[in-house]
Amino acid sequence: MGAKYFGASVKRREDPRYLRGEGRFVDDIKLPGMLHAAFVRSPYAHARIAAIRADAAKRMPGVAHVFTFADLERWMKPLPLFGAVPPGLAARVQVTMRQIGQLAMCRAEARHVGEIVAMVLATSRALAEDAGERVEVDYEPLPVLSDVEAAARPDAPVLYPEWGDNVALSFRAGFGDVEGAFRRAEARVRERFVIPRYVGMPIETRGVVAQWDPRDGALTTWNGTQVVHFVQQGLVAALGLAPHKIRVIAPDVGGGFGTKANGYPEDLLVPAAAIAARRPVKWIEDRREHMMGSAHARAQVHDIEIAARRDGTMLAVRDRIWVDLGAYNSWGIVLPYNTVAHLLGPHRVPNLDVECRGVVTTKTPNAPYRGAGRPETVFAMDRIVDCLAVELGMDPAELRRRNYLGEADMPYELQIPYRDGNPLVYDSGDFRGGLEAALRAVGYDALRAEQARLREQGIHRGIGISSYVEGTAIGPYEGATVRLDASGHAVVATGACCQGQGHETSFAQIAADALGIPLEWVTVVGGDTAAIPFGVGTFASRSAVNAGSSIHEASGRVKDKLVAAAAALLEAAPADIEIADGLVSVRGAPASATPLAAVIRAAIPTFARPGVAAPDFEATVYHHQPTVTYTSATHVAVVDVDAGTGAVKLLRYLVSHDCGKVINPVIVEGQIHGGVAQGVGGGLLEEMVYDEQAQLLTGTFMDYLVPTAMELPAIETVHLEYPSPRNPLGMKGIGEGGAISPPAAIANAVEDALRPFGVRVTRTPLGPSVVLGLLEQAAARGGRPA
Amino acid sequence: MKPAPFDYVAPATLDEAIGTLATAGDDAKVLAGGQSLIPMLALRLARPAVLVDINRVRGLDAIREASGMLEVGALVRQRALERWAAERVPLLAAALRAVAHPPIRNRGTVVGSVVHADPASELPALLLCLEGVVLARGPKGERMIPADRFYRAPLTTVLDPRELATAVRFTLPPTGAGWGFAEVSRRHGDFALVGAVAVLTRAPDGTVGRARLAFFGAGGTPVRGLAAERALEGRAPAAGLIAEAARAAAAGLSPDGDIHATAEYRRRVAATLAERTLTAALARCGDPQ
Repeated sequence: MGAKYFGASVKRREDPRYLRGEGRFVDDIKLPGMLHAAFVRSPYAHARIAAIRADAAKRMPGVAHVFTFADLERWMKPLPLFGAVPPGLAARVQVTMRQIGQLAMCRAEARHVGEIVAMVLATSRALAEDAGERVEVDYEPLPVLSDVEAAARPDAPVLYPEWGDNVALSFRAGFGDVEGAFRRAEARVRERFVIPRYVGMPIETRGVVAQWDPRDGALTTWNGTQVVHFVQQGLVAALGLAPHKIRVIAPDVGGGFGTKANGYPEDLLVPAAAIAARRPVKWIEDRREHMMGSAHARAQVHDIEIAARRDGTMLAVRDRIWVDLGAYNSWGIVLPYNTVAHLLGPHRVPNLDVECRGVVTTKTPNAPYRGAGRPETVFAMDRIVDCLAVELGMDPAELRRRNYLGEADMPYELQIPYRDGNPLVYDSGDFRGGLEAALRAVGYDALRAEQARLREQGIHRGIGISSYVEGTAIGPYEGATVRLDASGHAVVATGACCQGQGHETSFAQIAADALGIPLEWVTVVGGDTAAIPFGVGTFASRSAVNAGSSIHEASGRVKDKLVAAAAALLEAAPADIEIADGLVSVRGAPASATPLAAVIRAAIPTFARPGVAAPDFEATVYHHQPTVTYTSATHVAVVDVDAGTGAVKLLRYLVSHDCGKVINPVIVEGQIHGGVAQGVGGGLLEEMVYDEQAQLLTGTFMDYLVPTAMELPAIETVHLEYPSPRNPLGMKGIGEGGAISPPAAIANAVEDALRPFGVRVTRTPLGPSVVLGLLEQAAARGGRPA
Repeated sequence: MKPAPFDYVAPATLDEAIGTLATAGDDAKVLAGGQSLIPMLALRLARPAVLVDINRVRGLDAIREASGMLEVGALVRQRALERWAAERVPLLAAALRAVAHPPIRNRGTVVGSVVHADPASELPALLLCLEGVVLARGPKGERMIPADRFYRAPLTTVLDPRELATAVRFTLPPTGAGWGFAEVSRRHGDFALVGAVAVLTRAPDGTVGRARLAFFGAGGTPVRGLAAERALEGRAPAAGLIAEAARAAAAGLSPDGDIHATAEYRRRVAATLAERTLTAALARCGDPQ
């Protein structure tokens, strides 16, 4: 196979329609007779619903229906649960876990602000909202759980009485002799780090349209989801229909970030309402609903300790982790165990002891968001590493250099299993090499010299480093069907769904190379359950590896069929058939060049003859990916901190990274830029804030601040390439990585900038008021006043 | 996020607009640039019965400069004044550049921001610093309200619901005056956590002639830094004096805390920014602009 497209910065084929406003998103779906849904949502964090009176609302103009739990009860099965403990993990880590599925609408109790209490259908969204205000709900407030640790105390009110307490998940994992290592260590540092709630904030909010066809008892639903097959499975379970009677389509989707890979009440409520009302129903989430009703993320507390020798050699890490799960433990082991499995990252640490507890609170549920446990754990680790550097009086880059694994260490096994139950073995990479590449590219030594000069002028510049190793491309599979039409053009159908990542380009690059046809001949179809019966979806940096491998293998099989047909047509040995640029030829005989269309035509029977081969130019492959492949990166942030106002200015941001073989460098850079932007948000701006009554205080973009182009420097990238041995094309996942390290790198940079004052950064986001507070605390401890 | 129902009126003349406001009174809201009002409608935080869209009213979009005064009509967009001021009044341009982003300034009006009275916004403090007035017209005719009597509380002014603010007038800094403008915001274009604006002139003997200082984001309304003004006027400016004046002005503030900044932060940084803006103003004194 000649790699004509793989590795090339092919322009993204989907961009013209996005840029011209010609995309087709859920809100662009308009059906005759369509009703619009608005939801009545709980204003209380925890309340019993004593009564709902909807008569006045039902009499409002344009209102067709008002549904409560009782009206839709026959379909109100608990929403799907994720994150069961796989056998391989259960065998080595004892996990205590409790999960109760959320009901799509509150039956008698609301457990977070924004949970759905009633649904109004009207001829326009505005009328539905008007009527929603007239639905009278009698709430009896119940005790709230606003703090994760308080919720775990024995005297805390219990959210699910059948559990007896609020700890939904707990386990302990590790290896080696941590006690002994700490006893023998020459340096020990401990600190508490808080990673706040911050969230995926796609430009396009969620949305669902559903149409019920009573003629054949079939449902079609358009849903801005990352996981059409999961949505289909949920609907199969709730509606009791055969899977092929439920078609889930994710049209153009404007950003996902994991937020849209969650199972949501509206995924079921909108289709159920369409069936009940016998009319198409549309619901488009507004930003207010998104803030309170779409999954939140992060929200961890780490009490972490590290032990080392004076020369910096790390000996042991101990961590006690709290995860604020929000009101439902829908994701089980996923976030807590991701956190533990990624704690050590690039560091060689012979002893580890981690205890992790997930606790339910009366807040919006916590679900995976770009990084999914890794930004949290990397924040704790890279902060404590910097604290250790201070303790040892060592440059933080030098301390890392002495502890990072190198290429010669690969493959490297960490003595705990991965989340999928398989051994946690780094497959390839060079973490020390990646660090050195980053330091070289950023000009680390020159930066340090400049920092010293600037300090004399009262300018507080800081340099922060953070690195991660990330298990990407979790399996177990994704499928692809590759099919040629009569012209030799290909349709590639896959269960991977695109939210802007450029699948129509990168997948086409793989298929075009494997088939020997021009890129323009390939149409990629994703996000449609009618296109392929089984699928997993796009999240967890998984689609390039899982879907890409299937597309590569399926395309190869279709090419084999073409070769067989061409060999018969051209009366040559199959080994002598070459296919390139859509032309078939016999090796060494350029004059034999024949268009693919002619080969396909020759395979189609006529009255005069049978075909030269069966006209079956189609293949389906479900690539099996038993475990993950490991990407890695080092990020360096350079900041200036105004000690008079606490304002932090991000001056430079550099990423050196390995994601294996790259399909399309431009797309990879785009992934890094977007991820870094979200990570910068987590480091400097973003936090979902609740008060003691578990009321959400950040319900609009006035309060929940996402970074804009004005807050971001040009992001510098250095590409390293250590192919993965775990898939045929040597790829690794890149979707999430950019978002993992920025909070840690920025926090390290801010602390570094304010080193003369003795500041210690223990949480983000680092807004000016927070930073000035840190300076005041440091001064109160006896440090130098700012 | 759809507004609650309202009636929409788009008068073509000022008299018609004022007539509509006179009838609807408290139940009416004036729509000019809509950059604050429309989101408030969408969130149903504002629920007017009548929306009076003045965008069709003629004669409200003029920028007039005469004898040291600058009059800005009710339909002058922030971006238009920013462009006008770029070569003429750099203080105005600097303050306007801190108001949100160009697409918002293309729609948002100067007068709209002044009368919206968000205490963390730049233009009300600028009006206060430049000893401006608001021109209002209602059923009883026209009146001029000085900036220092205009603001009562967050989002609240002395404007009668039946009145329309038709223009604002700024007193332009005299030739040779120096100016300073500084704010801290979470992101570029956000409402300030706290900010300050200052204008200084120097007497021929080198002492401070006139000092004007105003804060925003430092209380329920924009606040004049009178203590600093008094401390500086007639005195020879030295670094220590400016710092002392800034602290004195900030000491009188009663800012609020919120999720973005504590009250103590605002008070402390108000002093820092007052010192920085006064220092900058002093340094610019005597500049051609």
